[in-house]
Amino acid sequence: MTLTRLLTTAALALGLATGAVAQDKTRVGFIYVGPIGDGGWTYEHDKGRLAVEEHFGDAVETVYQESVPEGADAERAITQMALQGADLIFTTSFGFMEATLAVAEKFPNVKFEHATGYKTAPNVSTYSARFYEGRAVQGHIAGKMTKSNIVGYIASYPIPEVIRGINSAYIHARKVNPDVEFKIIWAYTWFDPAKEADAAQALIEQGADVILQHTDSTAPQAAAEKAGNVVTFGQASDMAEYAPFPRVSSIIDNWAPYYIARTQAVIDGTWETTETWDGIGPGMVGIGEITDAVPTEVKAEALALKEAMAAGEYHPFTGPLNRQDGSVWLAEGEVADDGTLLGMDFYVEGLTGQIPN
Amino acid sequence: MLRLEPRPQPSRLWTLTTPPLAVLITMIAGGALFAALGKDPVEAIATIFWQPLFGEFSFYYRPQLLIKAAPLILIAIGLSLGFRAGIWNIGAEGQYIIGALAGAGVALAFYPYESALIFPLMVLAGALGGWAWAMIPALLKLRFGTNEILVSLMLVYVAEQLLAAMALGLMKNPEGRGFPGSRNLRQYDSAHNAELIAGTGMHWGVAAALIAVILAYILLSRHSLGFHIRLAGQAPRAARFAGVHPGRLVVFCLGTAGALAGLAGMFEVAGPAGQVSIDFNVGYGFTAIIVAFLGRLHPVGIALAGLLMALTYIGGEMAQSTMGLPAAAIQLFQGMLLFFLLAVDLLTNYRIRLRQREVA
Repeated sequence: MTLTRLLTTAALALGLATGAVAQDKTRVGFIYVGPIGDGGWTYEHDKGRLAVEEHFGDAVETVYQESVPEGADAERAITQMALQGADLIFTTSFGFMEATLAVAEKFPNVKFEHATGYKTAPNVSTYSARFYEGRAVQGHIAGKMTKSNIVGYIASYPIPEVIRGINSAYIHARKVNPDVEFKIIWAYTWFDPAKEADAAQALIEQGADVILQHTDSTAPQAAAEKAGNVVTFGQASDMAEYAPFPRVSSIIDNWAPYYIARTQAVIDGTWETTETWDGIGPGMVGIGEITDAVPTEVKAEALALKEAMAAGEYHPFTGPLNRQDGSVWLAEGEVADDGTLLGMDFYVEGLTGQIPN
Repeated sequence: MLRLEPRPQPSRLWTLTTPPLAVLITMIAGGALFAALGKDPVEAIATIFWQPLFGEFSFYYRPQLLIKAAPLILIAIGLSLGFRAGIWNIGAEGQYIIGALAGAGVALAFYPYESALIFPLMVLAGALGGWAWAMIPALLKLRFGTNEILVSLMLVYVAEQLLAAMALGLMKNPEGRGFPGSRNLRQYDSAHNAELIAGTGMHWGVAAALIAVILAYILLSRHSLGFHIRLAGQAPRAARFAGVHPGRLVVFCLGTAGALAGLAGMFEVAGPAGQVSIDFNVGYGFTAIIVAFLGRLHPVGIALAGLLMALTYIGGEMAQSTMGLPAAAIQLFQGMLLFFLLAVDLLTNYRIRLRQREVA
């Protein structure tokens, strides 16, 4: 209460008193695609929510709804939050895009933040992380660790974000191991432990001894642990319970700083439509501890790669790179522009198979 | 000791009282579940059953109830005809998807041309699409004696693959930066299944569900075909003597169910959902099976059951976001409803007697 009053007074003093500030608490809502206990994607978003609660204390109240289906039902869930007085709503899956925009139109005073989408509005921002930077590190380790030269990849949906991840991992695996081959299974789900376990099993049976996943559950980790000699990486969350082996490292999504900053912007009345796409540098993408199962020199190389990306010295998509059909994509030294990356719908040269169509 | 004694006739009284009784028992058991989770059970039950209807935001939720119930009722009406005749179409989900694809396909083919004829054409295409998908198990059953349960169910997965292929390929929005999903039909006036009266939730799908209820009621109570359907289910031998052609019945029941499911899908894709996307189907075709039985395969019962099911969905979502109840607890609650209904159903066909201790 005190903090709220303090903020209110401060706002009044600055002459910024608006309807939202006059309310006693700022309400922040979160719409999740999976259960908060998925151990991956939604789990990390919920950690971000808890960080908001901790940071603002009584000044902010958070609400969430988990396992919201992508589609018509999402629109109702988001509307419900807006009706119940949310000032800021984060919709944390690509499939919520149309629903977010539809609700935002009806509630011009509520701010919306849509993760991984590409459509904005006066009260809708987008945010995403450059996960492909993390994929580069994974690819490097995968290329070094595989003995069968077959790397399995559990992909979710053939959208640019996932394709980018596959390309980035493959480019960096091939760099250190020219014989590496990627086998890709499309699971058509973000979270389905049974399907993910099946996919992992199928990849192991096809000879993969490293498995990368772009799905959110720990089921592939469990499958690899059972197989005994298969390397995995945590996805979206650290998945440290499978360390030091099979999980040898991970990509960690760290949404907390962004969520706190955006909530602060709403409290201050400075919120504006933005399109955020941050990577390792600003800390939105983290690399989980590389365990001792990885040889020391490989670990050092991987960390150097990470540092180079964090410092902005190295871009994972730097030419020469060709498309799968052999045509030139990036010339020597050329760096991919964000527009192409955001709409990426092609494999780089060397990957086999086709993007489902 | 309790003993079950079969009733000579299903009890009319219990037929009518078991559904409300099941709802009541669900409330009690569900309340206990919520209490065990550390939530106020009375508040939770009130949130689920009262808030959407009479709460602060009922102006928004009442229309949502219609939007959610319409596809359930439309599909369940079609299924109930077959279920009465002993024809088990489990694949309404697939027919729903194909109906949506056919309807959206027509719309996208005409885009951006505006004409009042486009929507009626979409309706026709949606019904035909669902019908055609249901004809596959029907014809296979007639020609080769295959089991329609298995074939219709397997075709759901085929339809899902087709849906994914369409969302990623042929129907993908060319202005969508490579992301899957079609254009938004809600932004295409000629194809948009808009509310007939703004703010009521009444779209064409709701109207169609209402018409389907009335027509099914007339069919079953007034028409000889309805009599044949009931007869075939209750006494197949007698039905044959009465001149019922089993093959025609299979084609009619599966075809009608398919067409209605296809319509439901088409109305959904052109309205509430708005676009063909990989995750377009959310299980209406399967939930409708529960609705059909909850409604006792009777058209009016199905309409009520559809609304009740929609209420548990919407109220359940409310309880999730306002009280922080886990999604799984809500699903469990919905599961209980069917479980208890089937359990108390026993009372319609059996009577419970106290058995005297027999003398040794």
